[in-house]
Amino acid sequence: MTIAGSPAVSATAGRPMGGRRLPLDWIGTVPFLAYVAVFLFLPTAIVLGGSVFDVNGSLTLINFSHLSRVYIVKATIQTISLSAFTAVVGAILGALLAYAIAVGNPEGLLRRLTLSISGVLAQFGGVTLAFAFIATIGPAGFVYLWLAQHHADIYAGSIWLFELPGLALVYLYFQIPLMVLVFMPALDGIKPQWREATESLGGGTWHYWRYVAGPLLAPAFLGATLLLFANSFSAYATANALINQGQPVISQQINGALSGEVGSFEPGFAKAIAVEMVVIVTLVTVLYSLLQRRTSRWLQ
Amino acid sequence: MRIRNLTRHLGLAVVAAFVVAACGSSSSNNSATCSESTAKTATTASACGGIDALVVAAKAEGKLNIIATPPDWANYGEAINGFQSKYGITITSDNPNGSSQDEINAVTQLGTSSRAPDVLDMGKAVTLANLQLYAPYKVATWADILDSQKDPTGLWWQDYGGYMSIGYDSTKVPTITTLTDLLKPEFKGKVALNGNAKQANAALQGVMMANLAQGGTPDNISKGVDFFHQLKQAGNFSPVQATSATVANGTTPVVFDWDYLSASHGKDVPTWKIFEQSNAILGDYYQQAINKNAPHPAAARLWEEYLYSDTGQNDWLRGKARPVRMAAMIKSGTIDKTAAAALPAVNGTPVFLTDAQASAAKDYLVAHWDAAMS
Amino acid sequence: MAAVRGGFQRSKRLKLQVFRTVVLLAAGLFFLVPIAAMFEFSTRGVGDKPRTLEAWQLIGTYPDLVAAITASLELAAITTIVMLVLLAPTMVWVRLKMPRLSPIMEFICLLPLTIPAIVLVVGLAPIYNWMGNNFSDSILTLSFAYVVLVLPYAYRSLEAGLAAIDVKTLTEAARSFGAGWLTVMWRIIVPNIRSAILNSAFLSVALVLGEYTIANNLLYNNLQVEIAFLGRANAGVSIAVAVASLVFAFVILVVLSFFNRGRGRLQLADLQQVMRTERG
Repeated sequence: MTIAGSPAVSATAGRPMGGRRLPLDWIGTVPFLAYVAVFLFLPTAIVLGGSVFDVNGSLTLINFSHLSRVYIVKATIQTISLSAFTAVVGAILGALLAYAIAVGNPEGLLRRLTLSISGVLAQFGGVTLAFAFIATIGPAGFVYLWLAQHHADIYAGSIWLFELPGLALVYLYFQIPLMVLVFMPALDGIKPQWREATESLGGGTWHYWRYVAGPLLAPAFLGATLLLFANSFSAYATANALINQGQPVISQQINGALSGEVGSFEPGFAKAIAVEMVVIVTLVTVLYSLLQRRTSRWLQ
Repeated sequence: MRIRNLTRHLGLAVVAAFVVAACGSSSSNNSATCSESTAKTATTASACGGIDALVVAAKAEGKLNIIATPPDWANYGEAINGFQSKYGITITSDNPNGSSQDEINAVTQLGTSSRAPDVLDMGKAVTLANLQLYAPYKVATWADILDSQKDPTGLWWQDYGGYMSIGYDSTKVPTITTLTDLLKPEFKGKVALNGNAKQANAALQGVMMANLAQGGTPDNISKGVDFFHQLKQAGNFSPVQATSATVANGTTPVVFDWDYLSASHGKDVPTWKIFEQSNAILGDYYQQAINKNAPHPAAARLWEEYLYSDTGQNDWLRGKARPVRMAAMIKSGTIDKTAAAALPAVNGTPVFLTDAQASAAKDYLVAHWDAAMS
Repeated sequence: MAAVRGGFQRSKRLKLQVFRTVVLLAAGLFFLVPIAAMFEFSTRGVGDKPRTLEAWQLIGTYPDLVAAITASLELAAITTIVMLVLLAPTMVWVRLKMPRLSPIMEFICLLPLTIPAIVLVVGLAPIYNWMGNNFSDSILTLSFAYVVLVLPYAYRSLEAGLAAIDVKTLTEAARSFGAGWLTVMWRIIVPNIRSAILNSAFLSVALVLGEYTIANNLLYNNLQVEIAFLGRANAGVSIAVAVASLVFAFVILVVLSFFNRGRGRLQLADLQQVMRTERG
């Protein structure tokens, strides 16, 4: 029994009376928009707006000129590369892990446990995550000591755990579980009939992924990668615990201008850095939507 | 006759008025109540009817909000418990790991909320930058504090301090006899600061101490930055945030920190030792202030009175910090002698940075530290 | 022919099983070994003393912890429910009626993640001040901010789920039987995006239980703030309490996962059921 087939039915379905279409459609978004207006737009405006004031309250662009300070530029570049790396690698590894879980029993204990652990670890960070790695592969960590005893001193050059490579590794610890959680629903949407259909048409695994599952998963994959990028970009506590001196990450520079003991309080400057961060993420989002459109066309 | 009666009645009325007025004003001086409005502007305990009236008013408020005062910091825990049990006032301690600027941010952000901090305990630079936020108050023992250690109008006054030291686990590294020992290969990856030098006072003073030990002057911190750069090049400097866990597990067995804070590592590492080089005894004190918009003004003032009583000062002393009234208490014999003897030995002349020197050091670090560390 | 086909299927299944085992083992090692290292550290005795569970026992003696746990659990529940009620219907609505609003919604839901929490607090403080003076300054008001914080994660999860089903057709079919919007949401859409809803609930609960910065800077004592206090007792306790916090969140999420009974795919029978109830 086909339901959606009848043109008369689909013509009347979903269209309100009177033809006043657009205004009524907006109503559905009002609760959400009202909420974010108060609790997101307003605080954001307060923060971003504060960047054009100096300590005395007069309008100025000096905070933005300070963005050209050497250590700010360096931190910006390093944070972008770190975030891009952990986003892409985290997305790929996370997708693989999600797939390994998704093909299992949907009601099974393994799925429940792995998803619960993923939920917990996706939000795990800060000083304790840093310590977890320090206790494992830090200079006094048992894995490092075991390797060193077997003539494999991984810190022969420098202690890379306390540099950007180490930070990237630690970031993956929460990026991968995050990917698992946000990508899994897309994998759950794959119907086994598609695989069977591909095979009955003579296609193999490659054809299945390239022409059937791939295009369907691409938007979710790219969207999740974007989320991972933003997640890494604004992360603070973990970087601060691992690399407290040198402050390679831009959010540490913001914290420095807002907190501290020695009078390095520059609230306007901190807000200007926040503006810079929003601009960067906006640019990346634009890039992402271009990429979405390109891939959907390319994979067609 | 009538006029004389009138005059007498008038006279009596005038006298009565004077007596009532005199009684009224004297009773407000010795009144048993110290209302919230008077507590808010009281600059001494006596201005609020004496210490007993202050206690009554504080008990009526029933609460006290403090911030960035963790119990293991200079033994604040003992003072907090003592105050709570003595007066029955509940103390809410917020943001234990907060910095001085975080305290000021909380005051400005929470405004007149009932959860705003009542009292503040901050570093010098931040204290001096926010004078407009404090209410002036002079504790009963005000005279025991040196003039150089307090604001003349009572906006802030120093509380406790210590000297910058190098704390180390003697089982993980060899004994340190001089600063340059840290450049030896046995210290590879082991030396850390307490906090980032651009923001944390303990770290800034750590760099300054190295500066002095290397022959530098308090006006110019460059030798200190150079030393740490050398340390980094040698691979001996660890950029990790030193916590009690990283110290206990051996990742950061050498930490530049205030001697009284460093001493707390002793409970995790029994073999923890403290080194202070004789030509680089660098000291610093913290400051107390009362929030002008304190939601519990009487309790705030009572807390200050408690901290500056002999009990409170000895609590800090037992936390291995040097309370500001120490000299006066030694003279009067009220000092806790065992605690005083347990303080880390100081074998040189202490140096204290002036505000200008601290500010110059901060500016230099903000401009050069990140480059030196990368 | 069938035998060859069968063999082909078996080898593919075998390859899949090998893939699964390798990936899950590698992931298990990578994620669980650091936690084991933390647990090992928390049981070390001071100096030369033997292994002890003293650090763990100390956690139980901390008086303010129970109140903090209760508050955080309440916050988690409120945040998750408000987020789902606010976000899911709006996303469905946008998908159906205003697809051009989609990129804007996507950006709105990414915005909370672009600004670090410590800066966001600067903007939230005046709003919380106003709320405190006119409404309530209970710790539960933190849920308003938390809903915003969880938007990026929840949006991405729900979006993946909605993209996998044909929302338009399902809705039109149901509406053609006269189903109201509430019925459409509750009985048609929700069962089909159960996995997405559950995952976004996971992320929401985990975020609230792990949130520190905003609660701390607004001077509220939630679970993580109390843990920070507790952690100052000594090194072993600081790590023990962190591991305990992870285990606690894990248990909560496992319990939550049992709410997902049946991966309900819309069956014809369900639609006929809807048809029958709507027609009375």
